[in-house]
Amino acid sequence: MDIIKVENISKAYQLGQFNTGTLSNDLKRWWSLFRGKDDPFLKVGEENDRTVKGGSGLVWSLKDINFDIKQGDTVGIIGKNGAGKSTLLKLLSQITSPTSGSIRIRGRIASLLEVGTGFHPELSGRENIYLNGAILGMSKAEINSKFDEIVSFSGVEKYIDTPVKRYSSGMYVRLAFAVAAHLESDVLIVDEVLAVGDIDFQKKCLGKMDDISKGEGRTILFVSHNLPMLSSLCKTGIVLKNGKLTYEGSSAAAINFYQNGEGSGMGHISYLNEEVKPGDDIAEFHEAWLEDSAGNVRGEFDIRESIKVVMKFRLKKDLIQPFLPNFHFFDQFGQHIFISAPLSNEKVKSTENIYRVECQIPEYFFNTGYFSIGLAVTSTDLGVKVSFYEQNALNFTVTEDFARSVFRDGTSGGAFPGVIRPVLDWKINSL
Amino acid sequence: MNDRAEAEWDLIIRPKTRLLDLRLKELWRYKDLLFLLVRRDFVSFYKQTVLGPIWFLIQPLFTTLIYIFIFSRLAGISTDGIPQPVFYLSGIIAWSYFSDCLLKTSNVFRDNAGIFGKVYFPRLVMPVSIVISSLVRFGVQLALLILMIGYYVFTGEANFSPTPYIYAFPFLVLLMAILGLGFGMIISAVTTKYRDLSLLVSFVMPLLMYATPVVYPLSTVQGSLRLLISANPMTPVIEGIRLGVFGKGIFDLYSLLYLTIASLTVLIIGIIVFNKVEKNFVDTV
Repeated sequence: MDIIKVENISKAYQLGQFNTGTLSNDLKRWWSLFRGKDDPFLKVGEENDRTVKGGSGLVWSLKDINFDIKQGDTVGIIGKNGAGKSTLLKLLSQITSPTSGSIRIRGRIASLLEVGTGFHPELSGRENIYLNGAILGMSKAEINSKFDEIVSFSGVEKYIDTPVKRYSSGMYVRLAFAVAAHLESDVLIVDEVLAVGDIDFQKKCLGKMDDISKGEGRTILFVSHNLPMLSSLCKTGIVLKNGKLTYEGSSAAAINFYQNGEGSGMGHISYLNEEVKPGDDIAEFHEAWLEDSAGNVRGEFDIRESIKVVMKFRLKKDLIQPFLPNFHFFDQFGQHIFISAPLSNEKVKSTENIYRVECQIPEYFFNTGYFSIGLAVTSTDLGVKVSFYEQNALNFTVTEDFARSVFRDGTSGGAFPGVIRPVLDWKINSL
Repeated sequence: MNDRAEAEWDLIIRPKTRLLDLRLKELWRYKDLLFLLVRRDFVSFYKQTVLGPIWFLIQPLFTTLIYIFIFSRLAGISTDGIPQPVFYLSGIIAWSYFSDCLLKTSNVFRDNAGIFGKVYFPRLVMPVSIVISSLVRFGVQLALLILMIGYYVFTGEANFSPTPYIYAFPFLVLLMAILGLGFGMIISAVTTKYRDLSLLVSFVMPLLMYATPVVYPLSTVQGSLRLLISANPMTPVIEGIRLGVFGKGIFDLYSLLYLTIASLTVLIIGIIVFNKVEKNFVDTV
């Protein structure tokens, strides 16, 4: 049985100024909206692509989304930043209303876009459980019946009558999640709130989410950038790109589609076939990829291999100062690890042309894990100007073959912590 | 669309709703939240204060003292034979209840943008909780007024001759709450787009008090000015309370009717506008 039915949902957002520019147009729009008619100043058919500037100030954050969700499904919603995931959750949880289309829901829906919404620092833990529970839609009787469960799940029994402003941030978050986890609803919407607390508590949260979906047969919609977590928790997946639904299927297939899909490739990205390329009047981005020492384009490397980052772009005019390509490296948590750019003696005279720039990452540099690279070209003729910056343009994983790794001596073992794992020069002398 | 097929769904989210789709039933489902919010306001107000709820009394007491000094002693404005402390206090607590409701309600979207942006519940719960928690404060101040009146009656310093209009008192308070709520909601809806209005209101409200018979009785005002001041819907509230309790004031059934119609009109417009805005305010605030 379908529990959620989403039909032709679209949502437009106004960029910049929130009016049409003149008071008379403002009044005209207001009058037609007031009578329940369409906005006369809304242009249709524009797609939400942050790299392209739209004609009107309106951007379609979601465009003609259709999907059904069956009872008991756990659905992961995947997409890059700005793909419309949060907007979709906001529409489903009635925080904002759609521009067109309709959503039908059976049963009670509860959303968890943030933990601890409405917590008041001056009130005690007990009072906040009631307040927060009521804000999330529980009645007093429901909270009464679940109170002990909530308190024991949060693990703050001792401090339940202390104002929450005296709680450590960990305790605060645990209490807040405990309330939310005990919501009685047929559909639960969760937005990346699990990235809180220590590892133990995260495991507890995941276990609880698993109970909710598998044990109690409730429906969960889940948004996260943590793909491993999504694949373990969700049965099906939906991929959004620029406000459109591009894939619907099993969660593993959806993740696979997302990682290898157009645009954000694992080891390759290309705008060669796109009419509008990211960039400005100075430079535009064409293509980039990662290759191994043999020149094969790949997205997965062993820790023993070197990685070459290659970017092609077009310089649209001659520059006095040389252009500066720069690569930004991020770990799986979005932490900026470092920026790399050519040194001053490596720069070239910048004339109008297509350029290919390369940057070599040596073997034994990154630790094992998932990394992403943002690509940019900057020029300094008229102050510092960034022509384009492609975030998450390239993604890659670094793996380790325990049997052959220089770090392991042929023994296996757990993962090494840290972002990088360089081979450094050690000297050991016996004296 | 087929009605039976529609009825299978518990919730249908659509872009536009009819003008009067107020979903008041849903508001009732959230009554527990309403009372918890009132409790939160009250408790968080006096937490970590030494005097606690006594603070509710300090503001009207000192304002009364200052008004006695300025308007009676210096300006020599009559109080219609009513002892000055109870005359001013009755006006002050009524006006500050109205003004509290209006100002707090008018900022409801701005102050709660964080919660409203993360969780859905009927937005109307917030302004209604404001009106009720201000009522707690009003009740405490009213107790002070009753004590003062009691003092005058027992010491025989003054005689009051209450009129039957005293039975209209709860009704007058209700209408005053409705007025504050209604105006507040209208203003709150506009301030989501144009912040100027909330600045304007916070500056105009104290001035508007002088267009209401708080520091003077309506009987001292004559001619077209009296007509203008009588048009202010807060005028019948304060005059009605004074006529009912002290037996001095210009109030009759027609003013009551006027007040009732004005309050309900403002409330209905307020709810409609508020409901219109609440659906998409998250996108603009």
